[in-house]
Amino acid sequence: MTEDDLDKNRRHFLTVATLVTGAIGAGAVAIPFVSSLKPSARAQALGAPVEVPIGSLKPGEMVRVIWRGRLVFVLRRDETMMAKLPQDIDQLRDPNSEVIEQQPDYAANETRSVKPEFLIVEGSCTHLGCAPLEDFDATLAPDYAGGFFCPCHGSKFDFAGRVFKGVPAPTNLRVPPHRFVRDDLILIGQDTGAA
Amino acid sequence: MSRIEAEVGKPQGGLMKWIDDRFPFTKTMEHHVTKYYASKNFNWWFVFGVLAFVVLIIQLLTGIFLTMNYKPAAAEAFASVEYIMRDVEWGWLIRYMHSTGASFFFIVVYLHMFRAMLYGSYKKPRELIWLIGMLIFLVLMAEGFAGYLLPWGQMSYWGAQVIISLFGAIPVVGDALVEIIRGDYSISDITLNRFFALHVIVLPLALIGLVFVHIVALHEVGSNNPDGIDIKKHKGPDGIPLDGVPFHPHHTSKDLVGIIVFLMIFCSVVFFAPDMGGMFLEHANFEPANLTATPEHIAPVWYYTPYYAILRAVPDKLWGFILFGLSVMLPMFLPWLDRCRVKSIRYRGWMYKTALSVFVVTFIMLGWLGLQAATPTYVMLARVFSVLYFAFFLLMPFYTAMDKTKPVPDRVVYHD
Repeated sequence: MTEDDLDKNRRHFLTVATLVTGAIGAGAVAIPFVSSLKPSARAQALGAPVEVPIGSLKPGEMVRVIWRGRLVFVLRRDETMMAKLPQDIDQLRDPNSEVIEQQPDYAANETRSVKPEFLIVEGSCTHLGCAPLEDFDATLAPDYAGGFFCPCHGSKFDFAGRVFKGVPAPTNLRVPPHRFVRDDLILIGQDTGAA
Repeated sequence: MSRIEAEVGKPQGGLMKWIDDRFPFTKTMEHHVTKYYASKNFNWWFVFGVLAFVVLIIQLLTGIFLTMNYKPAAAEAFASVEYIMRDVEWGWLIRYMHSTGASFFFIVVYLHMFRAMLYGSYKKPRELIWLIGMLIFLVLMAEGFAGYLLPWGQMSYWGAQVIISLFGAIPVVGDALVEIIRGDYSISDITLNRFFALHVIVLPLALIGLVFVHIVALHEVGSNNPDGIDIKKHKGPDGIPLDGVPFHPHHTSKDLVGIIVFLMIFCSVVFFAPDMGGMFLEHANFEPANLTATPEHIAPVWYYTPYYAILRAVPDKLWGFILFGLSVMLPMFLPWLDRCRVKSIRYRGWMYKTALSVFVVTFIMLGWLGLQAATPTYVMLARVFSVLYFAFFLLMPFYTAMDKTKPVPDRVVYHD
């Protein structure tokens, strides 16, 4: 066969067809590999809801629990804390919980909670994931009435986990899905049923 | 037998010819070592490439031996490192060589990169060498980061938490990406396991491959020199550059002196100050990972702190991530940002000399600030130096084009 006999269109078509088929094949093979990097069935199972008994929690006290390997704060707010909630509204970035990913609908209220007394938030700063410190007396940072203070980059949150303006954290602390099984028992990680 | 021995190294017969007929051994040796001509006026700045190679070998060797006793599981990792330190014969030495080697890798690589900025080694025709080198630097950063999680100490855990969370700042895909990096809803056993795979297989393979390509590209165009001139312009009748001497034995014997001095310093640190006062091994990392409490003061290891200071200086999550990424990537563009036709600092004007000096101070100051707690004063300082950092690169096309240069000599010059 000489150059003159060459059907260039045919060769071009075959080249492109081979490349496209190969690319589709490579893409298909990539699926199992990338999927294997996602949380496995066991990781998902270990992410099951956790029960937190709160019967012995006194006003002003907080417990830390682990759900899905994440730190969750359960704070029973006392009267002073409750009184501070409406105080600094104008200094907050999202006082009305308008960023919908940061809490379930049932926590998008003034106290960001199901029952006003009980605050349940993830103890993970929305900036870069450090665990904020409880700073109920506002001793760790100036210029606020107290709440949570992140030691890594100085983000401040109020007693409803709402972020203050002028700090690196962009959003309020996340409220995980949760529900009250009984008055003295919370289930964190699940909210179907009574919400 | 004696006949073969006598002719080793001579391609005209014997064992060497037998090999050379089947594999380009002599040809390769000549091209890369015995007939690779590099400028005869190299100063000590030109030793750091070889030193980086030496550290790479140290890290590979000690790393292989560490994997034989280390357990990449959250429940066992911390204890297995303690086991290496206490119960494995000479385990402490192997581990301290590896942890000290990590810091020395960055010291040597930073100095190697600074050499390129002093003598314009990134300029035409060595742009690709520079780009490959920057890729090596990025892989090295990832390698150090993955390795730092493995001891599963407090700083391992929370450092990884902060850096992985950075990717969550990417709009739309951020959260999914973070989940794929961690393989879990938080940093866990699963994350540790895959970081181990990255640290001992994926990234070292990439590193070795890139180093190979870096050297192949270098030997294609030839090494730069302190005068920043092309020694191939003046060749003798034998076709050998008049100002060049073969890499072996001339540069190898000189490099050997550098390697010995380097190893003396390296050993002093390994034996007398392996944690370098918390700089090479952070004290918070002597405690096992505790996911309910962040250490009071979080700082990455010193070699990341210049970029970390820039990240912290930005009061916005997404912009912090963007400027952090940009500060790491910007040096890649040096070959095109630098508009000066003169390579070596010896013949460049006051503007570049000033800019480079300010840049050195800026880089060191950012590195120092990244280690400090983020007080308002320090954050303000970090902002000032961040601006200077970016100004060095972004204003470079202007000041390098305006700068007055001195005449460049035709042949290499000796300065006593």
